[in-house]
Amino acid sequence: MAERIIARLDSVSLRFGDRLVLQNCSLPIVEGAITCIVGLSGAGKSTVLRLLDGLVRPQEGHVYVRDVDVCHTKERELNKIRRSISLSFQFAALLDSLTLEQNVSLPLVENTNMRRSEIRQKVSEALDAVGLTFANTNLPAELSGGMLKRAGFARAVVTQPDLILYDEPTTGLDPISVHLITKTIMRLRERSNGTAVVTSHDLPAIYMMADYMAMLFEGVIIAYGTTEEIRQSQNPIVQQFLAGDEVGPIPI
Amino acid sequence: MNPLERVGARTNAFFEYAGGLTQLLGSSIGFLFRARIRIGEAISQAYLLGYQSLPITLLTSLFTGMVIALESAVNAVQYGLGNIVGGAVAYTSARELGPMLTGIVVAGRAGSAIAAEIGSMVVTDQVEALRSMGIEPARYLVVPRLLALVVMLPLLTIFADVISIIGGAWVAKIFAHIGYSDFMQSARTTISMGDVEKGLIKTVVFAAIIALVGSFQGLRTRGGAAGVGKSTTGAVVVSMMLIFISNFALSVLLYGSSG
Repeated sequence: MAERIIARLDSVSLRFGDRLVLQNCSLPIVEGAITCIVGLSGAGKSTVLRLLDGLVRPQEGHVYVRDVDVCHTKERELNKIRRSISLSFQFAALLDSLTLEQNVSLPLVENTNMRRSEIRQKVSEALDAVGLTFANTNLPAELSGGMLKRAGFARAVVTQPDLILYDEPTTGLDPISVHLITKTIMRLRERSNGTAVVTSHDLPAIYMMADYMAMLFEGVIIAYGTTEEIRQSQNPIVQQFLAGDEVGPIPI
Repeated sequence: MNPLERVGARTNAFFEYAGGLTQLLGSSIGFLFRARIRIGEAISQAYLLGYQSLPITLLTSLFTGMVIALESAVNAVQYGLGNIVGGAVAYTSARELGPMLTGIVVAGRAGSAIAAEIGSMVVTDQVEALRSMGIEPARYLVVPRLLALVVMLPLLTIFADVISIIGGAWVAKIFAHIGYSDFMQSARTTISMGDVEKGLIKTVVFAAIIALVGSFQGLRTRGGAAGVGKSTTGAVVVSMMLIFISNFALSVLLYGSSG
């Protein structure tokens, strides 16, 4: 069966001031699959997620989500599209005036007509999935970095969106939490056929969950394919990155 | 950059700022008309931005009323015009100083708080998180603050007018031996309800300026803690400038040249 593309970057170039962040990047996101984007710090991985969510607009090229060009869509229309996408931020980005429970329930309260009891049930399930039920009345300032990250993850998954964008979901977590988050990402994909795009440096976690991988290097996607294809890539940059060697074409 | 380019860049920046502020005003009014308001949050902001500004507003107005009375009463009595002191204090308080001083005090206290809070949210990605959830920051953050100030600033001004007249009456009694009943009689005959109402109309405009400029400065914050500091300062400076300018424009519009 042919793979369906839920979202794609089409020849995207992006600059922040004088700095070229992405150069002529094209990337398909296959529906129902987990696509992991790897690359050095500052390579533009998080920017790709923001492009897919319509938070950043490129100077050149197009970004399509379900065949809608999010680069040329009005903010109000974009908000409707965003309700079927979730972005889990690298540093959680929880609203610090709200409790954990209020933070996780926010997209449901604001964007749906669900009953309070139904929302409470969904929030409880999401917090339970990341082991944070006990902290539901805490404010973000009262949580550790790892707990914040897991809470941000819970907020991203609570709406069960079509496309979830995870920005370094396991960075800075203990091994047990890494395993928990990785398993949850995989379970969500299996349960609701949800599509995920993950940026990460955590290669063991990536190998465990990724169906597809893309590598960004100096603003260019230098490799894209199934996880197995990337692992066996002959590209010296990819080889050096995956092996973690100091010696090679990647300047340190 | 040559001087001409610099002028061009500044002109560009000015119109960009004015355009952004107007756009924020338009979208906020749109949400208000479509009744997409977070009432609970608006009440909470009314407490934080309005009620908590009451002590400093009262203090400022009390001493301002006292100073006006002090400056006018002694001289007025010397020329046998003691019967106009109450009117002078009430007139300046209700029409100009009450609304404007309350606006300035709230711009300093609440405008800076709005810019700092929203600015901190921007630099910690909280505003981007709202956008990513399909929640408009203007509706979620700006409209409750705008509504809160539009309701609370006129109320604060009423208190400011009253306390200013009370302070003035007390000083006139102590320093110029003008009786309370004479002072109040003069105040009553000099100002009309229309003067008070026009003063309150001004405060609605000032409230919109404080809330929108504070929010806009917060939303355009860049560059971490230093950026938040700049936004906060900018919010107070721009709000105060716009309050002074609009106060003059509103005085011309509401009172005309006849007064």
